[in-house]
Amino acid sequence: MDFGTVIDAAFSAALGPQAIVFALAAIGLNVHFGYTGLLNFGQAGFMSIAAFGLAVSVVTWDINFWLAVAIGLVGSVVLALVLGVPTLRLRADYLAIVTIATSEILRLIFGAVEFKDTFGGSNGLTGFASTYKDLNPYNDGLDLGFVSFSRGDMWNITVGWSLVAICCLIVWSLMRSPWGRVLRSIREDEDAVRSLGKNVFAYKMQALVLGGLFGGIAGIYHILKQGSAVPTDFNTTFTFYAYAALLIGGAARVLGPVVGSIIFWFLIAGLGSFFGQATSGADPLIPDFIMTNTQSSLIRFIMLGLGLMLLMIYRPQGIFGDRREIAIDAR
Amino acid sequence: MRMRLAALLAAVVGVSILLGPAPALATATPTPTPSAGTATPDQNPIVDGQNVTVTLKDLNGGKGEPQPVPGVELTVYADKKGGKVLGTQVTDKLGRVSIAIPGNGVYVVELEPDTLPEGVKLSGAGETDKTITARLGGSNFVQFQIGAVVVKAASFSSKLTDATTSGLKYGLIIALAALGLSLIFGTTGLTNFAHGELITFGGIVTLGFNRGLGFPVIVAGLLAVLASALFGFAQDRVLWRPLRNRGTGLIAMMIVSIGFALLLRSIYQYTVGGSTETLSQYVAQGRTDYGPIALSDKEVAIFGISIVTLVVTCIALMRTRLGKAMRAVSDNPALSASSGMRVDGVISAVWILGTALTGLSGVLLAVQQQVNFQMGFKILLLVFAAVTLGGLGTIWGALLGSLVIGLMVEVAPVLSIGGWHPVPASIKDVGALLVMILILLVRPQGILGKAQRIG
Repeated sequence: MDFGTVIDAAFSAALGPQAIVFALAAIGLNVHFGYTGLLNFGQAGFMSIAAFGLAVSVVTWDINFWLAVAIGLVGSVVLALVLGVPTLRLRADYLAIVTIATSEILRLIFGAVEFKDTFGGSNGLTGFASTYKDLNPYNDGLDLGFVSFSRGDMWNITVGWSLVAICCLIVWSLMRSPWGRVLRSIREDEDAVRSLGKNVFAYKMQALVLGGLFGGIAGIYHILKQGSAVPTDFNTTFTFYAYAALLIGGAARVLGPVVGSIIFWFLIAGLGSFFGQATSGADPLIPDFIMTNTQSSLIRFIMLGLGLMLLMIYRPQGIFGDRREIAIDAR
Repeated sequence: MRMRLAALLAAVVGVSILLGPAPALATATPTPTPSAGTATPDQNPIVDGQNVTVTLKDLNGGKGEPQPVPGVELTVYADKKGGKVLGTQVTDKLGRVSIAIPGNGVYVVELEPDTLPEGVKLSGAGETDKTITARLGGSNFVQFQIGAVVVKAASFSSKLTDATTSGLKYGLIIALAALGLSLIFGTTGLTNFAHGELITFGGIVTLGFNRGLGFPVIVAGLLAVLASALFGFAQDRVLWRPLRNRGTGLIAMMIVSIGFALLLRSIYQYTVGGSTETLSQYVAQGRTDYGPIALSDKEVAIFGISIVTLVVTCIALMRTRLGKAMRAVSDNPALSASSGMRVDGVISAVWILGTALTGLSGVLLAVQQQVNFQMGFKILLLVFAAVTLGGLGTIWGALLGSLVIGLMVEVAPVLSIGGWHPVPASIKDVGALLVMILILLVRPQGILGKAQRIG
């Protein structure tokens, strides 16, 4: 058992690009769920439409990279408007089911054989990230002993954490404004807000667009850091994991989603590496009849499921949250 | 007009990949490599380590159990047809060959058509080679059939009839699960994201009793339904009832159910692995004509079992005392409690009934398709769509919604407007989900839902 490798894997994942994608997506979910009480289960859809908006613009239509980024973000705004108009007047679980269905529809269309010429089929699209990669100012990777990053990842994490910081700043300043207070009161009691003459529908729509935009940024960052846009990355499970990250950190807190994503990936990568090592080699720590090497990668997801249940039962506010902030209910 | 070939051939190609030191499941003798044209070997042992295993079976045009085809020569090439030959074998009495491969990659299996026995012809396009990709983990078991039924120049109306039949069958399987979901949602208000895993539970327990303990599929299926009912009862007692008593919010419970789904799905994958398993009986059946439609025996059974179960359940809900109590609690739990009903007891009964129905849908799905750890997760969204479409918490709505969804999934790909297919066949779920969203736009409470439930 080499604990150095375990710690390296855990820290590298917790501070690396994957955690950043989750942080950005969870910041969007925080605006939706944490502040406004909207149950968006289709964050992966907001990500995929922005990601494929960018990828298709550059690869298939040969548009300028920066214009393509804008097209991707406009895509997620349009998606928010299309989803919001019919569902925001309904009860919370309708939005949940419509968003989850939409994100699956988008994933299936992006991965369909019939649209292979446009979206690249199940293999997705590549070859759109060169403008982004060429901006990389680093010459070497970094190895601090407990954490190591390649040259490409150094650039990815620089860009990524800057994006996270900017998004957090936006959320922080918006949520202490009168606008943010209206959002929170909508979460607590829609009718009370309506009685004060506020247009609840418009506020919910603005929140949905803002959170969707953060989701779009997450999607674009995701495909840029790995250099390929693959439809299966944007499945429903991703949204659920992003929720788990948000709830670990604490909903309705500016830094909740960020801390949550870091902890989430620290645990996922650390446990994966630990059990992977414990079951490999000639004389594994855990004997083969209890757990094989293939099974070991599942232990973390079993623990994640159990953890999410226990967290929601015993500490629904997460680590930093305020219990009063998430006293929301659908009925 | 449809035509069938008298002799049909199905090939099952499995790439079994054994990790680490191979367990002693195959005989330890080295693989005999018979030269082409020799007599049929008694048995080709499954090679240790990574291998390509092919089983050839003759469907006999769908009459009776499929028969193995011995004495056919098969060759495995690396990368492409005509590439490096990795081995040539003649199928044994089980119709099996097993050829070792060096590692992950693309392999081509070629069948020598001249060595086929008299009267056996390849069906479908008559392809003699199949390409497979071997990789570690994930799907290490690839299965495909070389066409069980050949339809020559099927007319639009026959395609539509076939699609409608399979849509109804799919809709009925979904309806069992949707009724379970709707009952549980109606009485407890829980939007249960772990419902897909309850479907899988039925399938996996069937597989366990059937392949693990050797029960016939029918007995295993019955036991699986019982186990599902027990699982539902235990789940309510241990998890959901304490949460209700604590006053946990419905959205918090929804998120608990997401965690529970993840937990169960990972446990399934831990125990049965990531591969797709088949039950021991009723895997490949030919079809018999019933007027304009053709159904295999298992499809007839699926229709019968699901229709009878649904009808009996609905009559019971309408007529019996317990059924009335369930509907009363669903309408207004507080009023039911104050009029002397044991609400907790009723909810227990709902969980038992709901999970048993859902388990049965998993059993039927396992017989219809195959068993996989995410078989239920894959249709969860369709079940949700069915329930939402019909009207959340209504019994007839769940049934109607399921049939609409099942038909949409199967019929939409057949429809075409001047040669243009609005819903491509590879993503046929999209049509059903779009229909759900569109109906919600016009009628947010669902087809049969009550307007006061929403907003």
